[in-house]
Amino acid sequence: MEGYLHLNSGHSYKGQWLTDKPEKDIEGEIVFFTGMTGYQEVLTDPSYKDQIIVFTYPLIGNYGINENDFESKKPHVAGVIVYEGSRNPSHYKSASSLQEYLQKWNIPLLGHMDTRSIVKKIRSEGSMPAKMSSSETSANGLLLPKDEKVCKVSSQTMECFGEGGIHIVVMDFGAKKSIVDSLLKRACKVTSVPFNTSFEQIKKLNPDGVVLSNGPGDPKELKSILPELKKVLELYPALGICLGHQLAALAFGGNTKKLSFGHRGANHPIADMKKGTVFMSSQNHSYVVDEESILDTGFKTRYVNLHDQSIEGLMHKVLPIHTVQFHPEAHPGPADGDYIFDEFMNMIQEENRRVFAYA
Amino acid sequence: MPKDISIQSILVIGSGPIVIGQAAEFDYAGTQACAALKEEGYKVILVNNNPATIMSDKAFADKVYFEPMTADSLEKIIKKERPDGLLATLGGQTGLNLAFKLSESGVLERYGVKLLGSSIESIKKGEDREAFRKLMKELNEPVPESIIVHEVEEAIQFARDIGFPIIVRPAYTLGGTGGGIAGDFGELASLVQGGLKESAISQCLVEKSIAGFKEIEYEVMRDSQNTCITICNMENIDPVGVHTGDSIVVAPSQTLTDDEYQMLRTASIKIISELGIIGGCNIQFALDPHSRNYYLIEVNPRVSRSSALASKATGYPIARMAAKLAVGYNLSEIINPVTGDTFASFEPALDYVIVKFPKWPFDKFPSADRKLGTQMKATGEVMGIDRNLERALLKAIHSLEVNGMDLISPVLSAKSADALEELLVKQTDERFFTVIELLRRNYTLEALHSITQIDYFYLNILNEMVKLEKQISALTLDEATKEELQFFKEKGFSDKFLALAWKVTEKAVREKRKEAGILPAYKMVDTCAAEFEAQSNYYYSSYFGENEQVKSDKRKVLIIGSGPIRIGQGIEFDYCSVQGVFALKDEGVETIMINNNPETVSTDYTTADRLYFEPLILEDILNVIEAEGISEVIVQLGGQTALNLASELEDYGVTLLGTDSKTIDALEDRKLFYQLLDDLNIPRIKGDVVYSEAELKEAAEKIGFPILVRPSYVIGGRGMEHISSSTELERYLMKGNVPYPILIDQFVHAVEAELDLAADGNYICAPAIMEHIEKTGVHSGDSMSVLPPQNLSENVQNKMLAYAKAIVQKLHYKGLMNIQYIVNGEEVFILEINPRASRTVPIISKVTGVQLVEVATKILLGKYSLSKDEIPAAAKLPFVCVKFPVFSNYALKGLDSKVGPEMKSTGEGVSLAPNYEEAVRKSFHAGLSGVKGKCVVIANSPITEELTHYINQAKALPVFLTQDNMDWNAQETFALYNPGMSESDKKMREMGTKNRILTFSEKETLIALLKSMTAGEWDVKSIEDWQGIKNNEGEKEVGVI
Repeated sequence: MEGYLHLNSGHSYKGQWLTDKPEKDIEGEIVFFTGMTGYQEVLTDPSYKDQIIVFTYPLIGNYGINENDFESKKPHVAGVIVYEGSRNPSHYKSASSLQEYLQKWNIPLLGHMDTRSIVKKIRSEGSMPAKMSSSETSANGLLLPKDEKVCKVSSQTMECFGEGGIHIVVMDFGAKKSIVDSLLKRACKVTSVPFNTSFEQIKKLNPDGVVLSNGPGDPKELKSILPELKKVLELYPALGICLGHQLAALAFGGNTKKLSFGHRGANHPIADMKKGTVFMSSQNHSYVVDEESILDTGFKTRYVNLHDQSIEGLMHKVLPIHTVQFHPEAHPGPADGDYIFDEFMNMIQEENRRVFAYA
Repeated sequence: MPKDISIQSILVIGSGPIVIGQAAEFDYAGTQACAALKEEGYKVILVNNNPATIMSDKAFADKVYFEPMTADSLEKIIKKERPDGLLATLGGQTGLNLAFKLSESGVLERYGVKLLGSSIESIKKGEDREAFRKLMKELNEPVPESIIVHEVEEAIQFARDIGFPIIVRPAYTLGGTGGGIAGDFGELASLVQGGLKESAISQCLVEKSIAGFKEIEYEVMRDSQNTCITICNMENIDPVGVHTGDSIVVAPSQTLTDDEYQMLRTASIKIISELGIIGGCNIQFALDPHSRNYYLIEVNPRVSRSSALASKATGYPIARMAAKLAVGYNLSEIINPVTGDTFASFEPALDYVIVKFPKWPFDKFPSADRKLGTQMKATGEVMGIDRNLERALLKAIHSLEVNGMDLISPVLSAKSADALEELLVKQTDERFFTVIELLRRNYTLEALHSITQIDYFYLNILNEMVKLEKQISALTLDEATKEELQFFKEKGFSDKFLALAWKVTEKAVREKRKEAGILPAYKMVDTCAAEFEAQSNYYYSSYFGENEQVKSDKRKVLIIGSGPIRIGQGIEFDYCSVQGVFALKDEGVETIMINNNPETVSTDYTTADRLYFEPLILEDILNVIEAEGISEVIVQLGGQTALNLASELEDYGVTLLGTDSKTIDALEDRKLFYQLLDDLNIPRIKGDVVYSEAELKEAAEKIGFPILVRPSYVIGGRGMEHISSSTELERYLMKGNVPYPILIDQFVHAVEAELDLAADGNYICAPAIMEHIEKTGVHSGDSMSVLPPQNLSENVQNKMLAYAKAIVQKLHYKGLMNIQYIVNGEEVFILEINPRASRTVPIISKVTGVQLVEVATKILLGKYSLSKDEIPAAAKLPFVCVKFPVFSNYALKGLDSKVGPEMKSTGEGVSLAPNYEEAVRKSFHAGLSGVKGKCVVIANSPITEELTHYINQAKALPVFLTQDNMDWNAQETFALYNPGMSESDKKMREMGTKNRILTFSEKETLIALLKSMTAGEWDVKSIEDWQGIKNNEGEKEVGVI
């Protein structure tokens, strides 16, 4: 069955529905992911909320969908664009095919698309609204709702994981499961809390440290929670990841801006200025912290994207706050940044010792 | 870190003559490295005695030494040149071993040579089995348990500790024979017993078997600041158990989850960091298809065949970057030259699929053992790129130049299912097509998986392709709708295959396809999946999607490359293709290269103005020609592959520069050729073309025995046979399958000689004549030869040149030509003419300094003509150059090393010295080093005075053997001569090969060796120094009067 992708720029692409033809048109911001593996993690990463995702690798679904690699309980993308979606996955863990999985969640999969051509349009015109439709009529002037996406993906209740000695509160803006896993691996007890949990509530939990998770959308949509967030950051050792990093910068008076087409993939080199090293990172963001805006925030740039020199992470000059724009928890993508969690643990321990010494 | 300014000159070690397992990929790596070092302003001193390489060309090194690739030889060069640095990680295992020896013996320290890139300790940790295992244990990285045994009992004890299955690999056998997988103690005992007997050093490696695991490779780079990146990973379709060089490989991996991909990537980075590698490194893993368990199979602490493949698969120039890292740069300081924008530390992202397919020599040697295992047997490889796996796979198959029709192998189609199943179990090179044939016969995927362990993902795809085949054959050209045709094309079926299936001409399919608007789009290889704008000029076709190629309106010429490296058509044709590109660029003509071999310099995107990585079949070549608007094509440079396309291209109105199909026919069609020679009064040996058995017998009678028979239009003397009596002729006919028409020639036992020339239709430029050391009957590729000739009179040489000129003038021939002669006393016959570049063109160009390809290409363009004949003053050369063949028989069990009309060598080397004896001595130097025996074993040969004289002169101990007494001791022997034809003679030669003893079957080679033993201590000299001597003696031009 023929299906179409209409970009807001006026370009249209014809393909085949690999899932059932959707009953109504699907609209969303179109973005692309260049990693060659990891589609399951991408689909279930809440940061992709309501976006139409284009996979640049042409063969998607080869190893099916398994029970272990979900980043959240369900897929969050609005629609999926591929060249080929494998109907015959092969992997000992595979529980269903990509089609079956997306069908189950009623997310359309449009195949036989010239994904490379679409990427080139996004590259030159920026990520933009797009529509997946069974109608040939092209689209322009699409307007996407300016809704707050974080509240759609953040958990409504607190949840506890693990029984380790170090207690970490994860503020869930749409957290990937791998963030919690990375903490559990380091013998932490993790309490995940809704994104709008107040400072007082967090204080009651008496954490050793706080993680501000990743999440979808424009960080400025969350202006209202910044004052509370600032209080949390001033009191606890904190690690901000992706949206969490952007929110930390905003909370201390920094600014964020939108990239033309964002960073998504598994191959961006990052320089860690403190360690003098370069490593590969897992990326998924449309917004970045504006370099000039951090001068008076107390933050200092620690990580830089070697491709476009944009800020990839900050350290606070005084407070124990460490933030990264990329994904140290990987999944998908390289785990080279895993050491950031170790540093976070060290930071907490140092902080505890310091507090202890003063007490 | 900026570049190292404490060094000014760098010694680069190449990989020497081509052998199985070490082929053109190191010329590609070495050429890139030399170019990168020169770009940084270093003086490059290169040692590589392989004359067919591009790296040993003037343009890439300041000084080139064609000297033996041994430690003592290198020490002499170091002593003379006093280089500041040594780069050895780009010359394959040869380079690495030499660097290791030079370091161990203190040479590097003594002469203050800094080893660039990875340290000796790093190399040792990667190469030394025990050191490596120890390190992996420390890192908690699993390696399969293994031990080296000399007794069966040791293996039994090991099995008690480890459990079964266990793999047994005897050391030093031919083609990895004698090994196998044992499932119980009984099998183990018998395997080890057999293996110890088979092994030349009575030693077996006994290892826990992980056969059937997924075989995954990572190409990793690391700089001195410990920045590590993976260039790409690859998955072998053939699971562990088949050497990766003999496996069909895809990139990137297809069946790994991100979790598995990253797990192995992280392990790779951990390992390369611990080893302290600087530059490129290849790491091979075995991954359990049913769990996250994995084992480390091997680490190559250097660039490798896989890194060449990874470079072409991603566009990321690994060797070039490795050279820059070796002189101190960091990955984050170097710009990725493909995008021209991203840094070298960016990991490539692919938005297409790569398939590598090996090219085996078994079409030439059907009698050799075809079983695949731990010993690599392929001589070369091809690569297919597309947006889907099916077409990438079919593109690779189209590139193999085998007698198949896409997925159909006629030989296998004719076999019974039982025979096919048996073949599948044997795990031979035909495995892939056997799987397909069985799918065609409705074997289940489960049955095929249980025999081959090939992942269901691939089996499923193959099964879908077989279904498509059926769908195609149910249609006709007229019935096929546009959508169907589009789909078949997108999935990779060639026009030719569709034509065969639909019983129409390829032209009819092509026309219908084009009318329907089904044209290939050309996509860019840009290392970044289109995320960033790239400056790339590297394209592949796809029958789907938007075209990205923008054609220019400049004058442009297409050079058709030579495809995969095979016996008889090797790297020399890549040299010629690349030289052609350089000459065209020099003239300001836009150059387009089409080729499919990932190992070569011609498929480096920096070589031509635009590179099309495509099969060399008519359909794809025409597609490129049409898409680019090319009007002129050169087929002379890409060996027989390109030449064979000439007439088909002409049928489509393509202009061939120089050689047109009429000329090719005049020289290759025997009847026309003999007519031409007769018209010109050029003596030729008696010969004829015969079309039937009766004609063959009649012609044999007329010509008289001995005779040579062979098919027409082949390379490397394929299927050529020497027949010395009517009984032998009967035997030949009994074998059946005589590929009529065949050529039958009188066999004259005399001297052979050859020359290469560039002609402008009137004058010729022929810088040198080469005389073969062995007599006629030995393929020119397998004979030793010498330049200038040692035994040809001036009269003979003049005749050779005069005949060449007569032919050129008669045909108004333009471009390169190779002529083979038979010289009997003062008589000169023409044996054969090749209207193209040849194996000897690079040798002649390099040693005489006359760039034949450049001269020829400029003539072809019409921009240059010769003002007079430029012919050699051979006697004036201040050196003697000997070309020697190098064989890979150790890898090919069942292949007799006896030389004959069918070519068997895989590579060649040259030696230069002040006299003949010394040049021959250098040629045998590597083969003799490490050999302690004093005996020369001579079997089946009369003891002549001549022979005794040379043996005495060489101070060797002769051991003469006759059929009654064939006892000899390999350990005491340095050379073996046995021209016999019997099975036991063959066995004896095999014994010699296995023990790495110089083994000859021609008396002339033996005598050359014995004579050379009188040569004393020899000196090393670069080609520049040799040519300098010449210039100082007042010659105005090298080798030219």
